[in-house]
Amino acid sequence: MAIRQCAIYGKGGIGKSTTTQNLVAGLAAEGKKIMIIGCDPKADSTRLILHAKAQNTIMEMAAAAGTVEDLELDEVLKVGYGGIRCVESGGPEPGVGCAGRGVITAINFLEEEGAYEEDLDFVFYDVLGDVVCGGFAMPIRENKAQEIYIVVSGEMMAMYAANNIAKGICKYATSGKVRLAGLICNSRKTDKEAELIEALADRMGTQMIHFVPRDNVVQRAEIRRMTVIEYDPKAKQADEYRTLARKIVENKKFVIPKPLTMDELEDLLMEFGILDEEDESIVGKTAEAEAALAAA
Amino acid sequence: MQDVETIKPGYPLFNTDEYQEAFARKRVFEEAPATEKLEEVFQWTTTEAYKELNFQRQALTINPAKACQPLGAVLCALGFYKTLPYVHGSQGCVAYFRTYFNRHFREPVAAVSDSMTEDAAVFGGQKNMFEGLENSKAMYQPEMIAVSTTCMAEVIGDDLNAFITNAKHDGRVPMDFPTPFAHTPSFVGSHTTGWDNMLEGILSYFTLKTMEDKVVGSNGKLNIVTGFEGYLGNLRVIKRMLNEMGVAYSFLSDPEEVLDTPADGEFRMYAGGTTQDQIKDAPNAIDTLLLQPYQLPKTKKYVQDTWHQPASAINIPMGLSWTDDFLMKVSELTGKPIPESLTQERGRLLDMMTDSHTWLHGKRFSVFGDPDFVTGMCQFLLELGAEPLHVLCHNANKRWAKDITKLLKDSPYGQDAEVYVGKDLWHLRSLVFSNKPDFLIGNSYGKFIQRDTLHKGKEHEVPLIRMGFPLFDRHHLHRDTTLGYEGAMHMLKLLVNAVMEKLDQDTMTLGETDYAFDLVR
Repeated sequence: MAIRQCAIYGKGGIGKSTTTQNLVAGLAAEGKKIMIIGCDPKADSTRLILHAKAQNTIMEMAAAAGTVEDLELDEVLKVGYGGIRCVESGGPEPGVGCAGRGVITAINFLEEEGAYEEDLDFVFYDVLGDVVCGGFAMPIRENKAQEIYIVVSGEMMAMYAANNIAKGICKYATSGKVRLAGLICNSRKTDKEAELIEALADRMGTQMIHFVPRDNVVQRAEIRRMTVIEYDPKAKQADEYRTLARKIVENKKFVIPKPLTMDELEDLLMEFGILDEEDESIVGKTAEAEAALAAA
Repeated sequence: MQDVETIKPGYPLFNTDEYQEAFARKRVFEEAPATEKLEEVFQWTTTEAYKELNFQRQALTINPAKACQPLGAVLCALGFYKTLPYVHGSQGCVAYFRTYFNRHFREPVAAVSDSMTEDAAVFGGQKNMFEGLENSKAMYQPEMIAVSTTCMAEVIGDDLNAFITNAKHDGRVPMDFPTPFAHTPSFVGSHTTGWDNMLEGILSYFTLKTMEDKVVGSNGKLNIVTGFEGYLGNLRVIKRMLNEMGVAYSFLSDPEEVLDTPADGEFRMYAGGTTQDQIKDAPNAIDTLLLQPYQLPKTKKYVQDTWHQPASAINIPMGLSWTDDFLMKVSELTGKPIPESLTQERGRLLDMMTDSHTWLHGKRFSVFGDPDFVTGMCQFLLELGAEPLHVLCHNANKRWAKDITKLLKDSPYGQDAEVYVGKDLWHLRSLVFSNKPDFLIGNSYGKFIQRDTLHKGKEHEVPLIRMGFPLFDRHHLHRDTTLGYEGAMHMLKLLVNAVMEKLDQDTMTLGETDYAFDLVR
């Protein structure tokens, strides 16, 4: 069977890396063979699998060796919990260089060195925040990830980012086979969160594939640099990740998303009471002016 | 002042008093360091101590002995029938590719760019691709557009597959119009990598999805892949030898005609080249022979994995025994015997080698260039009893270094050879100062090493024998041949006559050294 390649996107800080690693651990526990490719200069996509602070990244090893061509695959590919193969693309320090090119270089290197072995069931790309430039779209080019999952929560900016990512997917979906496979709701315990994300998914033409509740066991596991699946497989939260994993295995709903316009998105947020109806009369009014108006 | 009746070119004009005085004033104006200081620094750069420092250099290349990927991609694309090389990226890069080839091949070279500027760097180059493809097809009426990229498009991560498909969906060019492509970031690999990438792009475009009805060997032909080839004579000699053997063949990329159009009053933007039918039929061949195997890893992988052909291992057919090997491999694959004509040609080469070997025996040569060329050159030098000294390749890998080291160490003539990978011509300059070879073999850029060694003194001069790519400062050398017995004959003439020329120069002083200024050598 062909390798299923999935990319995980979502707003920065939403819990992409944690969700990805827990979900992947869930898949590995079922005997699936998986590779995680971290596409983020922060390089925190594999620490829970490897029990490591941060893995040596392809770009940092390449910089030390002088060129990528001098690298060997086994220097950058480490095997962790459940036989999961882990790679981090890495990238520059904040404020310099080009992280996007780092992703392209790293993925090309993995391809040329034969990291995409036939016996893999899944490859997961954990990609930084928004699709800010062409480099971060590398994982969804032809013959790469064809399933995109967006991690989202009921917070406004997270949904805004999810919608933007869907716009990015459309650019590639028209020319290739890349499809939106669902929204993963990583709960922030906002009001009516599940309903809201269900509604958002519905308007975008996709599904909320799973609602992952908030649970402190995730943090307890993280302190130990472990996934919940490994730290406490009996925990209720471990069940949640296993359910998510099973849903992804069984997922057949792959769509070209229909991103919302800004107005549509705001309407939705107002519907759920997250955003107030806009009052045109107060736009641009200073406190002083308002006070004067009230006094009059 | 110029006199209209006797206009002088730059040299010797700038040697006249008027210009020399102007140059002297310019030096004062620019506060140039004293000539003695310059000379002192020059002498320092020729020392062993400087060489040590030079080899500690990490973040700087001086005078690279390689060019960039899209240059190779353009040359590869030129070898296909009515194909327009199209570079997605900035205009200046493509102007450079064109002039580079103009100067070497002395032919106009058709290649376009979609002229990405600052807005494209911010918003991505899809708009440029849309308009570029549409305009190129309308203006130049190609039957194929082969797309490669410059660094600019690569840094911002433009996705050629998506952009080209979107352009087609947008109706800019018809859906079925051939638009193979290759990502060719200039900051990775070299011109040889780009050639390989472009060929793989073209082969997969036409054959990847149509493999069901293909049967290896069913068309009875051999495919020949030259890799980045600067010598038209090499295309011709391989064809001639295969013709003499009665072997049917297809060159996958064949720019022989388009880079050598006659001056008969008709401008040909396109001429000759591998046809689309030939590419589509290529999987049916008996095998695909890669003449420069070190620079064709992607093509080799594609031929083996997708076409299921062996891509039989051969060395570049340079020199006597590797041409033997090539012809025997062709004979083995096709069942055609090697004809008498080639056996005779071989005999003639061997005769020439015997005639000249006393002059070449023990002579020391430093060689630089592309990996396969350098390997083939060393093999031939060893066959002649000449001794490779510095063997330098800027764009090779560790495996190449291992292989060529073995080749050299297995021969009594290669014992002193030193192999350098990833080093540039400024490194080579240090090397020839500290351990002087008799000659330097390489492209035109080697002339600056000759100039510098001469400046240190006549006894330090290392004359350049021009071979490789590019050859800018002599005319028509791109027509020469380095492959096959014919190529070996040509190289032998260059090598041995360089020895004679040098000897003549050294013995031309009347009454002093001319006892050895012989008429017969």
